Formats: sequence, structure tokens, C-alpha cells
Amino acid sequence: MATDEVDRSPSERVDVCVVGAGPAGALAAYSLAERGHDVVILEAGPRFSFEDRLRRMEYSLRPAHDGLEVWEMGGDRDAYASTGPLDYPLNDVRVKGVGGTTLHWLGYVPRYHEKDFEMDSRYGLGEDWPISYDDLRPYYAAVERELGVAGVEDNPFEPPRESPFPMDGFSPSHSDSLLVEACEELDITVHSIPQARNSERYDDRSPCVGYGTCIPVCPSGAKYSADVHVAKAEAEGARVIDRAPVQRLEHDASTERLEAVEYATPDGETHRQEARQVVLACGAIETPRVLLLSESDEYPDGLANSSGAVGRYLMDHPLVMAFGIASESTRQHHVGFSTSGTHQFYDHEEPTPGSFHVGFLNYAGPSPVEAALSSGDWGDSLVSDVSTEVTGHIGTEALVEQLPREENRVTLDTSQTDDHGNPVPEVHWSVGDHAIETAEAALEVQHDILETMGARVTWSTDPRRPASGSHPMGTTRMGADPETSVVDARLRTHDLENLTIASSSVFTTGGAMNPTLTIGALSLMAAEYIDEDL
Amino acid sequence: MELSRRDAIAALAAVGIGTGGVALYRSDAFGDGSIDSETSPDDPIDTMIALAAVVYPSEVSGIDEFVETYVVGRLEDDETHEERTVQALAHLEGYASDEFGDSFVDLSPEDRDAVLRELGVQNAQPNPEGSDVERIRYYLVNELLYALFTSPTGGELVGHENPPGHGGGLDSYRRGPDA
Ligand SMILES: Cc1cc2nc3c(=O)[nH]c(=O)nc-3n(C[C@H](O)[C@H](O)[C@H](O)COP(=O)(O)OP(=O)(O)OC[C@H]3O[C@@H](n4cnc5c(N)ncnc54)[C@H](O)[C@@H]3O)c2cc1C
Ligand code: SF4
Repeated sequence: MATDEVDRSPSERVDVCVVGAGPAGALAAYSLAERGHDVVILEAGPRFSFEDRLRRMEYSLRPAHDGLEVWEMGGDRDAYASTGPLDYPLNDVRVKGVGGTTLHWLGYVPRYHEKDFEMDSRYGLGEDWPISYDDLRPYYAAVERELGVAGVEDNPFEPPRESPFPMDGFSPSHSDSLLVEACEELDITVHSIPQARNSERYDDRSPCVGYGTCIPVCPSGAKYSADVHVAKAEAEGARVIDRAPVQRLEHDASTERLEAVEYATPDGETHRQEARQVVLACGAIETPRVLLLSESDEYPDGLANSSGAVGRYLMDHPLVMAFGIASESTRQHHVGFSTSGTHQFYDHEEPTPGSFHVGFLNYAGPSPVEAALSSGDWGDSLVSDVSTEVTGHIGTEALVEQLPREENRVTLDTSQTDDHGNPVPEVHWSVGDHAIETAEAALEVQHDILETMGARVTWSTDPRRPASGSHPMGTTRMGADPETSVVDARLRTHDLENLTIASSSVFTTGGAMNPTLTIGALSLMAAEYIDEDL
Repeated sequence: MELSRRDAIAALAAVGIGTGGVALYRSDAFGDGSIDSETSPDDPIDTMIALAAVVYPSEVSGIDEFVETYVVGRLEDDETHEERTVQALAHLEGYASDEFGDSFVDLSPEDRDAVLRELGVQNAQPNPEGSDVERIRYYLVNELLYALFTSPTGGELVGHENPPGHGGGLDSYRRGPDA
């Protein structure tokens, strides 16, 4: 990589150093900068220009380019090992850069349900979080305003809200209407999905214009991505250093406080950023990795790891899908996001099967351009090829709850090193019986819906081999007991008094809801505590 | 299905090239003497148009203006893209004159189709860094197909008035097929 002219030298000792510029870091940084604190954000990846998004969209639609190329993932920087019984496609589930993985995400932002915080007391499964839905509720409302959430209050299953969504929701699609009829027959209540996507102009960003490429890139900026809050933090005086991967955290002689954050720059130098408070926000794989890499004589098993829980209890949301062909036109790929689904099966009575929720796809099967470019043919025969390829597709997906399991974990693979000579992350992922039984239940519902609407089911996920839902969680978990958890109820590590973790890595259990609204709510909560400390 | 210069300007906008609504003309591209190889076609835009006449379905009309505007806009914008497009065209041209005894543009549509098939373009993986034929697939054939199938006119060929790659608003996803 060529070096550029940017000054990446450290600032003089700052109030807060935030590591990672995804939504967790960006929201914390903005909240703290807005309160007048001096903030430096260190981000491993680059700053991507907004104008380039159309080129990235083109990459995403042309078969010559693989998915990783869109956001420049892969190579030595991002090397990893996946050693569990299920493959963990790490570089498909993250992006490194200003904005983090939200550059690539889909943008569904449901709140967690009350039960998600009380799994042990309600079902004797996993552990309770040390905080409840009620504790997070004001932060949920705040983060919905920050991200700009479009939603309709039509979901009878969602937890109580205090105020309407900041924006009107998106109407259901034509394809939804076909599935809704089936659901009526099956007594399944269908409702909208809250979206971090502008249904109107919001926060000076464009409304959705229907490019249909939300994953992996929204060229209009209608889909929220965390570069928005990085820019807001900068407007409040924060400094962002990109292409500055943090190598390790250094504690002081007392061993109870961090002193500095060591980071590398593209010119081959390493620097130390001193800070009074540190927020680690590198996502649920790199966050434990940074802690493990920061071992010292006093902390030979890595920092903040006196519980031994750093890297353990990795969870994801197993993703199970069903696809079919309908005899009528289903009009897929006019937008790149789903507009309807159901939470009816989320709040269960018995412990197992656990929670899942179903979404109806608006982008099943190939799109015209994908079909045309992969066909090989041209001219008149192409039209009939493409028409056959794109017609009649219908699909559903479900995210499924998996329980925390000690053996699912992130460790360091010392047999391989990254571009800075550090051992790479080794991810060991399996799902367990509770998740498999839940996945089976979720697939049964999906098959029922598709068959009732008259579709011929052509493919569905093997419940024993689900895909990753791209939501790693649990690897520095939150708890009241320092013996069994890494951070406390305010997200500060039990071991180091000025180190806070903002990430789904703090989730005690994972639920089955898309995690980012909860990540953002926790970040805003943690920022308040840090503000009090400063 | 009629394509127009306006469609091409929209297609350019969709790959991030703003023309300020003004069509670019062929004199704007290749203005730097980059075409000097013996086998280069006299006018690359004519060759692209001749190629589009084979690659695009016959029900599409208005190809000339659409291709000229789109291709010129693309090449103006990106030097590597221009260089490689010219190389790919030279390869196509070389094969046409060696095997068919004429410049690609002067061949009948059937012979142009045959040139592509004999080169094996139908089975080639599109690859911007690949072999000559893989680059023909990427820079010439798929380039033209990308422009067409991310435009409403191209989408409509297969019943899709707002295909991915085109920001055609929020009405179409809600409409049924008969609306
Ligand atoms: C395809 C896809 C679809 C998704 N859809 C949804 C959805 O619909 N709803 C939802 O809620 N969630 C979704 N997600 C998940 C969502 O993107 C993540 O939950 C969210 O981005 C996590 O935020 P974060 O800030 O914790 O981590 P990230 O967004 O991953 O950001 C972490 C940042 O830290 C940086 N970093 C890492 N290590 C270092 C280091 N050592 N030094 C400096 N910086 C470092 C990284 O480069 C990165 O920029 C999706 C994800 C994917 C991949
Ligand atoms: S459909 Fe998706 S990619 Fe297109 S503008 Fe809307 S949010 Fe962005």
C-alpha cells in the first residue's frame, strides 16, 4: 500500500481514544466529542470516498469481481483461520474502514425483546444480562433518532416503545402481498421491519431511491452507515486516524489502568496514543483479539481476561432460508431490502425451540444484470435466458437464537501472522442442539408459508449447517461477576478501570434480533458513564 | 425498446460518471494518441457499436447513440479502462481481419457473431486482468450488457422497469405485474 500525505502521528494525551470506526465506536466517539471531550478514533481500515460507491456497486453486480473486492477486504491484513465444525466466513461478515461493517450491512434495526435479557430466569438457559430492556429503553429511542429509523408501529410482538419511529416506514412490496395471503390462512401475523434507511430525506441524507444493492453498498447514502457518525464526531472536534490498526493496549505500573494504545501506520512506524479513557470497538472478533494480543507479564493470558472469558462464548445468529418458484410474477429486486416479516414465534413458552423471526425477501434469485452477465450468451437468446432465470423467485429467511457455549471461541492462531506479524484470529464456531431445533422450527414455518402461497420449494438450508447471520457476539461478555464475565453493567472491564468495550462482544446472550440497534444503544449508554468519569 | 442518449447519460451516472447532462462525443475520447497499434480499429466507437448490434437483443433500437455516449463517457473517465478496452478491441479486430478478411465493423452480423464464438467468448470468464478473450468478455461484451441491463429499457426486456444498478425510485417494488 502506498503511503499518503495524512498526518497519523498521535495527539497529545487525549480524554478518549476510540479504537474502531464502526457504529459502536462512531456513536461513542460522537457522543463524547459532543460533550466536549477530546477524542481520537483509530481505525484499521481506510476512509472510503462516498463518490466511489457507484463503482463499488458496479463491482458488486459484475461477476468478475468477488464480494470481498467491493470493500477491499482480504489478503494478509485480514488473514484468519476457521477451525470449528461450521465454517466461519469472517471476511464476508465484516468490513474494515471508516463506517465499519455498516458500509456493507442491510440495515434492519429491531430492538431486542425483554426475554432476550432474561434467558436464565425465564428458561434456565444461558445467563441473564446484568441490565434489562427497561435500562436500555431510553438509549434505544436515542439511537433510533441517531441512525434515522423508518418504521411503522404495526408489530404486536415488539417490546413497548415510548415514541413513534423517527421516519414513516416503507410500504410492503408486491411480493409481500403474495406471502401475506398465505400467512392469513396460517394465522401468522405479518408486520413491517424497522429500517436504518431513509424513507424520506433525514439528517441531510438522501431518501432511498431504489438502487437495489443495499448489501453490499448503498450509493445514495439512504441506508445508514457509521461514517455518518464519524463525520459528526469530527465536526465536534474528534480526530480520525485511518489505516491505523491497533497492535496492543498498554497498562500502567499499577496494572489497573491503561496508559496508551499502540498503533501502526502505513509508513511502517508504530505510535503510542495516550488517553485517559479507552473505548475498544473493533467488532466481536477483533476486540477479543486485541485483548489477547495485549498480554503482559502481569496479564499473561491477555488483558481484561482474569475470568478467562475473553474470546469465549462466541455466538452468531444462524441463518436459515427457503427458496421457491411461484407460478406468478413475484417482482423481485426492485429494492434491496425486505419490507415485511413476523416476530410471532419470538417470545416462546418452552425453552426450546427458542426465538426466531422470519423475513420475506424482496431479492430472491438473480437480478437481470447478474443473470445477463453470467449467462455467457448474448443477442436474442439472452432475453429468453434472463427471463427464465429471473422469473417467479420467492424466498424467506429466518434468524435463529443460539446459546452461549464456552467452546465456541476466538483464539490466536500462532501458526499464521497478519501483515504486521501478529497471530491471526482463529474462529471456532458450532451451533448446538438448541439452535438446531430452533432452526428446524423456523424452516417448518418458512416451508408452510411458501407452500401455502402455491410455490414449489426448490431449496432450503440444512438446519444442521446454517450460514452465519453475520452477527458475531458474546466474546467479551457482560456480567456482574468478574469471575465469569469480562465487562460490567456499564461495559467497563472488570480488570481495567479506564477500558470500556462497545460491541456485540459484550452481549451475554444473543437473542435472534439483528444486533446493531442494541450495539448502538449500549454505546450511547457507555458514553454517558465515561463522560461521568472524565 | 428504444434506447437513447438520455438512457446512456443515466447509465453513466449510475457508474459514477457525471456528464452534467451533456453527451460526450467520440472526438473527446481517444484524443491522446493511445490508438497506434497496427491492428487497432480505425474508430473504436464504431467497433463497439458494431459489437452492440450483435450483443444486444434485436428488439433494442437506438443503439448507436446509446453506445457512443456510454462508451465515450466511460473511457474519458478512466485511463486504465480506456487502455484495456483499446487492447481488447485490437484483439477482436486482429482476429476479424486474420480469419474473416475484413474489419470487424464491415463484417455481416452473422460473421461478427462467429468471430465472438470462434474466439470462445461465450465460455470465457469475464476477467479484467485475464487473457485476451477474458478481457473481451469483460471490457467489451459484459461492459455493453452491464450498461443495458442496469437501465430501465434493458430491464423492461425481461419485465423489470427498475433493475438493480438503477435508482428508479420506490414505486415499482410495490406494483403488481399488471399495474
Ligand atoms: C452482510 C451483512 C448484513 C448485515 N445486516 C445487518 C442488519 O440488517 N441489521 C443489523 O443489526 N446488523 C447487520 N449486520 C451486522 C452489523 O454490520 C454489525 O452488527 C455492526 O457493524 C457492528 O458494529 P461494530 O462497530 O461493533 O463493528 P464493525 O462495524 O465491524 O466495526 C469495527 C471496526 O473496527 C475496526 N478495527 C478492527 N480491529 C481494529 C484494530 N486492531 N485497530 C483499529 N481498528 C480496528 C474495523 O476495521 C472496523 O472498521 C450485517 C452484517 C453483514 C456483514
Ligand atoms: S434500495 Fe438500498 S441501495 Fe438502493 S437507495 Fe435504497 S437503501 Fe440504498
